[in-house]
Amino acid sequence: MEDGMTEPVISLRGVRAELGSRPVLRGIDLTVRRGEVVALLGANGSGKSTAVRTVIGQVPVSAGEIELFGTDRRRFRDWARVGYVPQRTTAAGGVPATVGEVVSAGRLSRTRFGVFRKADHAAVRHALELVGMADRVKDSVGALSGGQHQRVLIARALASQPELLIMDEPMAGVDLASQEVLAQTLREQVAAGSTVLLVLHELGPLEPLIDRAVVLRDGCVLHDGPPPKAVGQHALPGHDHVHPHAAPDAEPIRTGLLS
Amino acid sequence: MDFLNYDFMQRALLAAVLVGITAPAVGIYLVQRRQALMGDGIGHVAMTGVGLGFLLSWSPVWMATLVSVLGAIAMELIRWYGRMRGDLALAMLFYGGMAGGVMLINLAPNGSNANLTSYLFGSLSTVSESDVTAIILLAAFVVLVTLGLRRQLFAVSQDEEFARVTGLPVRALNLLTAITAAVTVTVAMRVVGLLLVSALMVVPVAAAQQLTRSFAATFAIAVGIGVTVTIGGTVTSYYQDVPPGATIVLLTIGAFIALTALAAPLARRRARALAAAQPSGDPAECAIPASREAAGKVGA
Repeated sequence: MEDGMTEPVISLRGVRAELGSRPVLRGIDLTVRRGEVVALLGANGSGKSTAVRTVIGQVPVSAGEIELFGTDRRRFRDWARVGYVPQRTTAAGGVPATVGEVVSAGRLSRTRFGVFRKADHAAVRHALELVGMADRVKDSVGALSGGQHQRVLIARALASQPELLIMDEPMAGVDLASQEVLAQTLREQVAAGSTVLLVLHELGPLEPLIDRAVVLRDGCVLHDGPPPKAVGQHALPGHDHVHPHAAPDAEPIRTGLLS
Repeated sequence: MDFLNYDFMQRALLAAVLVGITAPAVGIYLVQRRQALMGDGIGHVAMTGVGLGFLLSWSPVWMATLVSVLGAIAMELIRWYGRMRGDLALAMLFYGGMAGGVMLINLAPNGSNANLTSYLFGSLSTVSESDVTAIILLAAFVVLVTLGLRRQLFAVSQDEEFARVTGLPVRALNLLTAITAAVTVTVAMRVVGLLLVSALMVVPVAAAQQLTRSFAATFAIAVGIGVTVTIGGTVTSYYQDVPPGATIVLLTIGAFIALTALAAPLARRRARALAAAQPSGDPAECAIPASREAAGKVGA
């Protein structure tokens, strides 16, 4: 039982990755255990987005091992257990699509040959309810605000009822009202036992949810422990890490709502 | 309706309807992934196939299908490995395919550029019995893929990275899209011609999305427009003795212009309906609060 609780959901060991010839990750170790909420923090260019993209197999890895749910990532096939929220881009498809159509794409991993049954339609509807967008199901995604669009992308990830949520900067460009909805959604997911890995620029309104923060700098892990917040935190026993604020040219980690 | 008494017109209309269905059905996925000109590239490659058909005295339709499928796979492979910028790779295939077609058809004993013209701009009245059989088979394949796999193709075309993370076989689906586009090009070749194929894949989709908010509705309306203009163009060319391919394409562009003009009042009405549905807290127009106006006066 103890083992079940602490079983690693994501495990990176000595992961290196290059973009072109430039090393972006220089030997990253990262473990996310079941039920944990881990934030990956760091300045722009620190490698935090690349690190999550190696987990989902979108960036080729030159060295190291990656496991998802205890399976080597290259042999991992059970993608319905993973909900991915990409960094929001303003680029939409070239053809209009409704909120419902976009969120349904997230349910495909639970269907056989893409045939939707009653339960699948219900799951899509439920995912939209979780982010408070159920009344917009027939609206075009092109007509949504940045925050609403982000909520739709999160609903898409939730549609497969995943055990692990991976989110890349979910709060970037999101209005205050949507930030609160997102924080509430995440709180419910965590309460239901979900494991979460977030890339964040700052802790922001999600701070109370976060169990552990991993700070990257120049492709290396600088800090792995409780989220850096109040002064004196780093003086607690067992925290012999280098506090990110000590880094001379690293971006400070802000905890305010707005950057 | 006397034109229905002629065998050649029956064949022409059947071929035209099938093109009207298949071209927008594939085109919508190409437009969605912003590869609207891919059909044009495949059309140029198909010219080499037509030339090869003449040279080897094989059916130009089947030969064009084979060569354009190979060309489409080559384009997809180039996109994967990213060895060359996509637009440059496309340019190579465009002009290589066109030059290859002209060269091969001149080498063929019974070929001349005049033969090629009927494939470049379409030649509905010369659609033969065996052409119709080929067109029916190929169109059935296209409909099966574009409707049967619509959810998967939608997901891959909308957000390729997300589709990969849901475990969809993205590479296989991309290849299938490319192959289906190639097959559609050869289906449409006899009707609108290789140089105008892409118009029928792209313009009905562009016209439909002036009115729609959903992918499903865009798909349905685009196919509706496709069928309407191909039938309209074929019948017009029977009565007026104008080239059917060009007539169909001009009708499609006419539909686009008409629907665009219609879209502006429709969008206004939707905006009003939306504003009426959200009466509180979210005014449709900006209003300066009275207090701020007063404060501004004080400041001045």
